[in-house]
Amino acid sequence: MAILEMRHVSKYFGKVAANVDVNLSVDEGEVHALLGENGAGKSTLMNILYGLYGPTSGHVYLNGEKLNVRTPKDAINKGIGMVHQHFMLIPALTVIENMVLGMESNHAVLDLKKSAAEFAAMAENYDMPIDPWAKVSSLSVGQQQRAEILKALYRKANLLILDEPTAVLTPQEATVLFTAIRRLTQEKFTIILISHKMDEIMEVCDRCTVLRQGKVVATIPVSEITDTGQLAELMVGRQIKLTMDKKPSKPGKSILSLQNISYKDKDMVPKLKHVSFQIQAGEIVGICGIDGNGQSELVRCITGLLHPDEGKVLFKEEDITRVHTSEILRKGISHIPEDRHGMGMLMNMSVNENLILMSFRNPPYSRRNILNWKWIRSHNKKLVETYNVKTPDIDERAGNLSGGNQQKFVVGRELDRKPDLLVAMHPGRGLDIGATKFIQQRLLDERDRGAAVLLVSTELDEIMELSDRIVVMNSGNVAGILNQAEATREQLGLMMAGGK
Amino acid sequence: MNEIKKNNILIKMLKASYYPILALFIALILMAFVIEFMGYDSLNAYKALFTSSITSLHGWGETLAMAIALVFSALSFSIAERSGLINLGATGQLYMGGIAGILVATNFEGLPSVIHIPLVLIAGTLAGGVYGSIASLLKNQFGASEVVTTMMLNYIAMHFCTYLISGPMKNPTSDLAQSKSALSTAVLPILLKGTRLHAGLFVAIAAIVFYYVLMYHTTFGYQARVVGMSPTAGEYAGLKIKRNQLLAMAIAGGMAGLGGAIQATVIDVRLAIDWVGNLGFDGLATAYLGGHSPIGIGVSSLFFGLLLSSANKMQMLAKVPSSVVYLFQGIIIILIVGRRIFQLGLFQKWKMYYVNKKSAATDLREMTLEREELNKSDSLGATMKKGDNKLWKIF
Amino acid sequence: MEDFLISVFKMAVPLLLCSLGTLFSEKAGTINIGLEGSMLTGALFGALGSYWTGSPYVGAVIAMCSSMILTLLFAFFAVTICASQIVMGVAINTIATGLTISLNRIFLTSNGVVRVNGFKNIAIPFFSEIPVIGKVLFNQTLPAYLAYILVFVTWFVYSKTDLGLKIRAAGEHPTACDTVGINVIRLRYGTLLYSGIMAGLAGAYISTGQLSAFSEGMISGRGFTAYAAVIFGNFTPFGVFRSCMIFAVGMGLQYRLQAMDTPISYYFWMMLPYLITIVALCIYRNRSNAPKYSGIPYAKN
Repeated sequence: MAILEMRHVSKYFGKVAANVDVNLSVDEGEVHALLGENGAGKSTLMNILYGLYGPTSGHVYLNGEKLNVRTPKDAINKGIGMVHQHFMLIPALTVIENMVLGMESNHAVLDLKKSAAEFAAMAENYDMPIDPWAKVSSLSVGQQQRAEILKALYRKANLLILDEPTAVLTPQEATVLFTAIRRLTQEKFTIILISHKMDEIMEVCDRCTVLRQGKVVATIPVSEITDTGQLAELMVGRQIKLTMDKKPSKPGKSILSLQNISYKDKDMVPKLKHVSFQIQAGEIVGICGIDGNGQSELVRCITGLLHPDEGKVLFKEEDITRVHTSEILRKGISHIPEDRHGMGMLMNMSVNENLILMSFRNPPYSRRNILNWKWIRSHNKKLVETYNVKTPDIDERAGNLSGGNQQKFVVGRELDRKPDLLVAMHPGRGLDIGATKFIQQRLLDERDRGAAVLLVSTELDEIMELSDRIVVMNSGNVAGILNQAEATREQLGLMMAGGK
Repeated sequence: MNEIKKNNILIKMLKASYYPILALFIALILMAFVIEFMGYDSLNAYKALFTSSITSLHGWGETLAMAIALVFSALSFSIAERSGLINLGATGQLYMGGIAGILVATNFEGLPSVIHIPLVLIAGTLAGGVYGSIASLLKNQFGASEVVTTMMLNYIAMHFCTYLISGPMKNPTSDLAQSKSALSTAVLPILLKGTRLHAGLFVAIAAIVFYYVLMYHTTFGYQARVVGMSPTAGEYAGLKIKRNQLLAMAIAGGMAGLGGAIQATVIDVRLAIDWVGNLGFDGLATAYLGGHSPIGIGVSSLFFGLLLSSANKMQMLAKVPSSVVYLFQGIIIILIVGRRIFQLGLFQKWKMYYVNKKSAATDLREMTLEREELNKSDSLGATMKKGDNKLWKIF
Repeated sequence: MEDFLISVFKMAVPLLLCSLGTLFSEKAGTINIGLEGSMLTGALFGALGSYWTGSPYVGAVIAMCSSMILTLLFAFFAVTICASQIVMGVAINTIATGLTISLNRIFLTSNGVVRVNGFKNIAIPFFSEIPVIGKVLFNQTLPAYLAYILVFVTWFVYSKTDLGLKIRAAGEHPTACDTVGINVIRLRYGTLLYSGIMAGLAGAYISTGQLSAFSEGMISGRGFTAYAAVIFGNFTPFGVFRSCMIFAVGMGLQYRLQAMDTPISYYFWMMLPYLITIVALCIYRNRSNAPKYSGIPYAKN
């Protein structure tokens, strides 16, 4: 019996479509997977169900009854629980405090001891024991997730939404999670699992709905899937390939060499584990992997924004492991950052001022600390033209430009410095096809000029099309290094998902 | 071509200034209500406030004299603000600048003015600069919030000044706690006889020009603005944030110190108890009304100069306490930083409804292309990440 | 020594009232440096109320109402409009300065400095007979008793109640609070208004409890000190109590040393409380309990 039905649900953010006419039906007691790439609209759909957003159109039915949730509180009262990808636990509080937080049944004076006993019994019952008096910040990621699931159960949820639950887990922790999921389905709980990992869908799910660009592509019972490649194809789709002007690469001498890089974040979670590879002049090395598998930390280690705990970063045979970012940039490394709005540009400055962010210290931009605006303006006018940035004039506030044009001037600024190494992170993210192609062509031009390019992307197409060699990353490890010619999309997908 | 460009600048200036002017009018209307509420005649009060200061030469002189003092404390606030710091310590920096200025101005008898006056100004600037950088050092070294430390440093400077003028620097021939008078060679000349308008006017203009050049034509100013707008972007570009903020605080303190030296030697001629008064915070209101822009600060200094210089006249003629000027300042600051109040309510609801309706009708294909908003809204964590970058997280 | 202790425990009262109040609003994630202005307003209206009615208690109620209204203004702009909280705080202080000076001149000093009825000491029978402690602790004014009782009440609310838990959560992770159905905006309004009320009472205590008169600069940074006490106390009720006592010892010492003939000028002793505040902020290393979202407006999408 269908416990949940979503009929013709659409959601728009301003002009952007997140979900278009989505129909979804989930049966009681099943594990239903929502599969799709980053930005396919999975999380948005679930946030609608959880009352964080209202749908632009369409309706949701729970147990055959029309559901009208406006706030998460409504959803909780209806028995819907959600485990967010970024945990909604308060690290400074204890587990039990997190459990009872905001519950309507609370008395004015809390009896935490009684609640803790109840909670511990419940946790024991579902084979998910946890210390109620531990501070959340002292728990491992896996335990925190367990606490999140228990929080939903403690609130009497019978429909659980898990948003990419394994993205933050080690394989061992993931196994534990899957056991817990199976245990819960025995108790007639219904689970919606958001994921883009094929193997875990094969392992625990009953049915799978594939989303692509906000639309439902297919709903299939997992037992009927024989080949994960088929699933991958549904997820990424076959896109019409616009031909790129790509000559064979002529790799020169080694530009960047990473030797055994390891990094742990401030919570002592290992983000990079013994990463080693090297890039030569005149080639593009693509790093593919699911978001959050260490790519961001890797790029930060190269550009000096982070210092690795172990290992060496060599740039043109020079050790730059602990050199300040300003020095690294001066040595001839350009960096197109992942977070364009927060890092790459200043929304409240003009395009003109944005364009000098990296070079303003060097002549002829400035001499004796005085900026030469006359030269800068004429230079930037040319730059804006070369990189096809559509702006009324260079004094326009950068924040007023469209995303594509913002990225174009960021790329222009970085390439204008004629770098020996270009680190480009998600250069096409959030852009239309025209702008993406334009930027991709520029990366190829850079390669042909003789620069080394490190391209980090989650888009398989982009990686396949541009890279000469492909480094696959999975939970901080290099899962494999392939030549572009021998790589297939299915193979990459498997390696990204941690398969062999 | 040139003409079009000029027009653009004019339009830009108009665009930038319409809100502050609107805020001014709203504040004036609100103040009228307050004055009426206190039981006075608001029209009479405004007449007393504006007529004499606008119609008489004397009034203009006094307005300008006050505006000079405001320029320095406003710049002190704005320079720090631009680099992402909140400098509530203009008061203390004014005290220190004044002390150093008077110290030089009461000594070195027989020095020609050409040397003596610059010495006074330099001493004031240095003292203010050193005092200003203390807060920044404490922040860089210990992570102490500059909001509290600058405020505490104000009180310390005030008591230090009182100590000096009732002890080591006390004028032996006076019973009051005050210092000796500045030597005539150390004092900037009066420009308009019968008023207190003095040659500090040119120093103030030079300071505004300096601020403009510093912020928009030097690499330091550029870095400061980058750091002030987005520390993450600053880090990405390899800027040294702490060093930049330290320098900014030193310059900001120097500005206030310079103002203090001028105020103490020219207007007060000596140090007395509580001689700075509210001047430091008057500067904050001035800086906000002026939108931290060089021209804006100049214009708003004139406005507040008028207000503060004729407040006493208002008290005399209309009996309204002169301190209502502070109320006025407070309302102005609120209106400027609370600008979003005009985006609330019905207007906003209407707009959201309109946009939603319109977007639903727009071509779907076009929409799916731009995924940016989506990526942002896809994870609740996005809001969290943004929060982490905020400079307000000061502790 | 006894006098010194009495003065310390007196000095601590307004600090305690104000910091214990603002502890909640700080924990809920707002920074309110308008406390200085709230205290000043409270001081004036406390004196005015006592002057009008002859009762310092009515004065205190009026003081609490007045500074609550002022804080409401702050809360509206800081929470709903999401304006910069620091600058809004300064604006509130400026408004309070203007308001109090004006009203003081209109109502109180128009015919010379007015002394108003102050809070009377209430000796608690039996306990006040105990040597030293009795005089120091059990012969106080009503707001003083309230302040010391409030330490325990605050601790109880803070750590034992549902409300306290919500408040502690709101400044740590407002989005998470939203997902479990807590109204963060309302919580921030509530805590801010409460802190305003307590600041008003603290102000009234200063004008009608300590000096029996209002003067224009009488708060002289104590609002900021109260705010610093919350930080220095690592955002816990007993931590706040400890830091308030340290600051109060500094203030008591200041008066003590002023009166004594020390080789150092007494103006330096006047600086002591401010110096202690700065030093306290610098040596404050244990930030474990500081709310993560301090001062960041929360805008629901």
